[in-house]
Amino acid sequence: MNEISPDLSRLERLEGIGCARKRREDPRFIQGRGTYVDDIHLPGMLFGVMVRSPYAHARIKSIDTSRAKAMPGVQAVLTAEDLKPLKLHWMPTLAGDVQAVLADGKVVFQNQEVAFVVADDRYVAADAAELVEVEYEELPAVVDPFKAMQPGAPVIREDLAGKDVGAHGARRHHNHIFNWQIGDRDRTDRAFDAAPVTVKQEMLYPRVHPCPLETCGCVASYDAVRGDLTVWITSQAPHVVRTVVGLLSSIPESKIRIVSPDIGGGFGNKVGVYPGYVTAIVASIVLGRPVKWIESRNENLTTTAFARDYWMTGELAADTDGRIKALRVNVIADHGAFDACADPTKWPAGMFHVCTGSYDIPNAHVSVDGVYTNKFPGGVSYRCSFRVTEAVYLIERMIDVLAQKLGIDKAEIRLRNFIPEEKFPYHSALGLDYDSGNYAPALRKVLKAVDYDGLRAEQAAKRADPNCPTLMGIGITTFTEIVGAGPSKSCDILGIGMFDSCEIRVHPDGSAIARMGTISQGQGHQTTYAQIIATEAGIPASLINVEEGDTSTAPYGLGTYGSRSTPVAGAAVARASHKIREKARKIAAHLLEVSPDDMEFDLDQFRVKGDPSRAKSMKEIAWAAYNNVPEGMEMGLEAVDYYDPPNFTFPFGSYLAVVDIQKDTGEIKVRRFYALDDCGTRINPMIIEGQIHGGLTEGFAVAFGQELPYDEQGNVLGGTLMDYFLPTSMETPHWETDFTVTPSPHHPIGAKGVAESPHVGSIPCFSNAVVDAFAHLGVTHTGMPHNAYRTWQQLRDLNIAG
Amino acid sequence: MIPRPFAYHAPETIPAAIALLSDYGDLAKILAGGHSLLPMMKLRFAAPEHLIDLGRIKELRGIDMAGDEIRIGAMTTERDIVASSLLAEHLPLLVETARQIADPQVRSKGTIGGDVAHGDPGNDHPAVMLALGAHLVLVGPGGERIVPASEFFLGTYATAIEPDEVMTQIRIMRPPAGSGSCYAKLKRKTGDYATAAAAVVLRMENGRCAAVSIGLTNVAPTAIRAEAAEAALLGRALDDAAIAEAGRLASEGCEPAADLRGDEEYKRAMAGQMVQRALRTALSRCTG
Repeated sequence: MNEISPDLSRLERLEGIGCARKRREDPRFIQGRGTYVDDIHLPGMLFGVMVRSPYAHARIKSIDTSRAKAMPGVQAVLTAEDLKPLKLHWMPTLAGDVQAVLADGKVVFQNQEVAFVVADDRYVAADAAELVEVEYEELPAVVDPFKAMQPGAPVIREDLAGKDVGAHGARRHHNHIFNWQIGDRDRTDRAFDAAPVTVKQEMLYPRVHPCPLETCGCVASYDAVRGDLTVWITSQAPHVVRTVVGLLSSIPESKIRIVSPDIGGGFGNKVGVYPGYVTAIVASIVLGRPVKWIESRNENLTTTAFARDYWMTGELAADTDGRIKALRVNVIADHGAFDACADPTKWPAGMFHVCTGSYDIPNAHVSVDGVYTNKFPGGVSYRCSFRVTEAVYLIERMIDVLAQKLGIDKAEIRLRNFIPEEKFPYHSALGLDYDSGNYAPALRKVLKAVDYDGLRAEQAAKRADPNCPTLMGIGITTFTEIVGAGPSKSCDILGIGMFDSCEIRVHPDGSAIARMGTISQGQGHQTTYAQIIATEAGIPASLINVEEGDTSTAPYGLGTYGSRSTPVAGAAVARASHKIREKARKIAAHLLEVSPDDMEFDLDQFRVKGDPSRAKSMKEIAWAAYNNVPEGMEMGLEAVDYYDPPNFTFPFGSYLAVVDIQKDTGEIKVRRFYALDDCGTRINPMIIEGQIHGGLTEGFAVAFGQELPYDEQGNVLGGTLMDYFLPTSMETPHWETDFTVTPSPHHPIGAKGVAESPHVGSIPCFSNAVVDAFAHLGVTHTGMPHNAYRTWQQLRDLNIAG
Repeated sequence: MIPRPFAYHAPETIPAAIALLSDYGDLAKILAGGHSLLPMMKLRFAAPEHLIDLGRIKELRGIDMAGDEIRIGAMTTERDIVASSLLAEHLPLLVETARQIADPQVRSKGTIGGDVAHGDPGNDHPAVMLALGAHLVLVGPGGERIVPASEFFLGTYATAIEPDEVMTQIRIMRPPAGSGSCYAKLKRKTGDYATAAAAVVLRMENGRCAAVSIGLTNVAPTAIRAEAAEAALLGRALDDAAIAEAGRLASEGCEPAADLRGDEEYKRAMAGQMVQRALRTALSRCTG
């Protein structure tokens, strides 16, 4: 009786969709055998370092490189003057702006790139960088986006003088980048005028940084004989980098090879092209030797791609039962000194218009103004789809504000406003088509799991006890994400539609290699893509080698960010697998001398309908593909798919946090965190859980500690890990995870993507919990990060500290 | 993050180390654990031309007892302090403090002597040295001298060590039987300096405070004693009012500097809270 059924053992051998297969990446990582950019050493390789501005805003009077150049071991010192003849002193950004590669007459943020020193090794380069003498004339800096928009504010971008129209329409001030609006303003205003209840809340989502463990860097190697340029780079989008490098250098893309090796985390920090990449490439071409450039931690935290910095004002209109009638949002978006956001071209605020959330809101209007300040550029999506974290933060905070005004329970008000299941697919007031969702059962499951009523009773008892040393807060979020960018009709980067791709080759022995246009930075693509192929094409995952990141071998794709790998490339993987399967069907039919229509797919074989004893395994079919195919069929067994998704996917979740705030110090302990996620079809439950743990931990970091504050002079404070909060296991709360499954109807396997949901969903959940702790005292909002200092100030202001 | 060039010396005896210091004077810095000095060198805030590593001088490491006096070699690592059964029995305050310093990696390299001799008010041991009435053994070309902790900390990064002297040992009298102690530290995260911290050594007799010393971390240019708070506690029962009063007096004696951890007001308040926490815990640990 101990026999396993043959079908079950075949299924287990496949390790397909739904299997908690161990990550194929981990053996090399945990043994220190990964290969990151800084592990690459080429013969004759040089090392470059940046000379950076100590000032946030200053005119460059002169640059004297003579002492640095005279130092033994120094090979070159590049300044903007050296790049001008090549027209490379400025470069385009992904947002339709330009950015100085090396400062051209003026610096506009602290630590801006001014000169690039190339030397025999990094020690010589660091010493020589100190010898570059730059004379500055300091100018008044502006770090507050509201002050930047005042009439007499300093002009940050003199290069834009006279340009009243930017990449996203009219500019109304010299520090204005764009105004972007969506929704029906008049209808929304009328709904507000008619509503018996309205609430308004201002909130800042502070400037934070993705802070991957591996900083940015590259090795550029130009072969003057062959005319080939190879660049190893920590990039989330190697194919896009190749196109950008081609545009900048005029080298044809066929002569450029970009390789993303193992990547130590990206989280949005590694989407763009940075000045260091351009200068390393130029130096390699000029000197004919490989050049490495690797950021220090301080450089990473203060120059390459911040996230957020959104000053949001939300308003809700509702009836007295708390049913929402309209949402109005105004945003001042601080983009820093260059607009280098990574967003689809048409949407300068990304997918911020998912800010109606999980709620059936009939009227909405959003207006976003992008503003220049003397801060470093970025505005990338830190573990979220484009600006979705900001959007979810806004609506999940606003619905709590409304609940407090009306005295309605914060779970109940959500249940009253959810988009009902029968309304899917749902067209939102801001023009998005939600694919699927089932929100109320998810929230109810969470409330039951944590004994919500019991928690509220405990909270009430503590509030009634003036000697209780803690305040207790309960936070809820019921968020909807938008990921899988995206349909090329809506989304492109530099004019390239945001499709993705997969190529599968099955070898004669039945094993296979699969290549994609995405690139894993911890997501476990080598593991999960193989599982999709296993289920969809019947090839055991253990026999599939997944390769990504080398533009000379992988098909073109837009890369990995915004939780797009599974929704977009994952679909290409499924569809390429189906192409393999359909060719295999014909070969099997040929071998068994029956019609293809009489064959049925069965795990890892094709069998004759009605006669299961007659079957050909995928292994047998693969062999036949190289020696015995039907007449007229090409030999071989391979397929390519480029997938342009018909829509985004909309994962969702219900989260609940319980926090205890120490009245004496302001310290906050997350006592409990329950995260229910619905990402549609679950490919690898273990990887999903790991992704959720990681996303929750990063969300915890943002909510409770991460920020990049500035002083009035434009000095960035907290640009080291002494101040910038990366939680360790000591600080990180215990996470409880749960799930429901609501597949995407338009995705080939129903999968929606998951990695960013826990980040997007948890941050407002933490804030909601902290505010809830103070809610009985009339508090409707407190700013992030909720560190002890800030929280104690709140306690002090309420006269309940200590 | 690359320091300026420097020469590295690794003497194997104390006289050899002192000879190197005499030769190079201000151009030299002693390398103990390196967790303060090396980051400053990498940021190029410090640029010594000579680095004298004390790591090979075996006699500078170890923990012993001579009568009621505990003697700790200056190059004893925080990890060794955390693991010491001798300290756990006779000087648990030091173990509790070391456990709250940074993280395991730092504690395996960082030394108690380096922590004390750096003169950083944010380091944890100086306040504990004050609270315990430690004596510091300094050796120079002219021989050995012993300086009480109360006369050692002169200012931020300024101590009583002369440029040609090496701290070799820390000597601490074991607190009388029945004493209770505690180090209470508020920090933002693992690896951070204290926002404020308090070291308390307390002895009770017949329900009243017979002896108390309180050291404070990172709330003044140097580690300080909360003398007004100590004076107010002597002879009193440690009820809530007395403890709150001690906290308030300790707050008033602080001169904290604002940084990202908080402004002056918050740090004063937190110094008071840490004093209260440490007093309550120390009281619970008193016996007899």
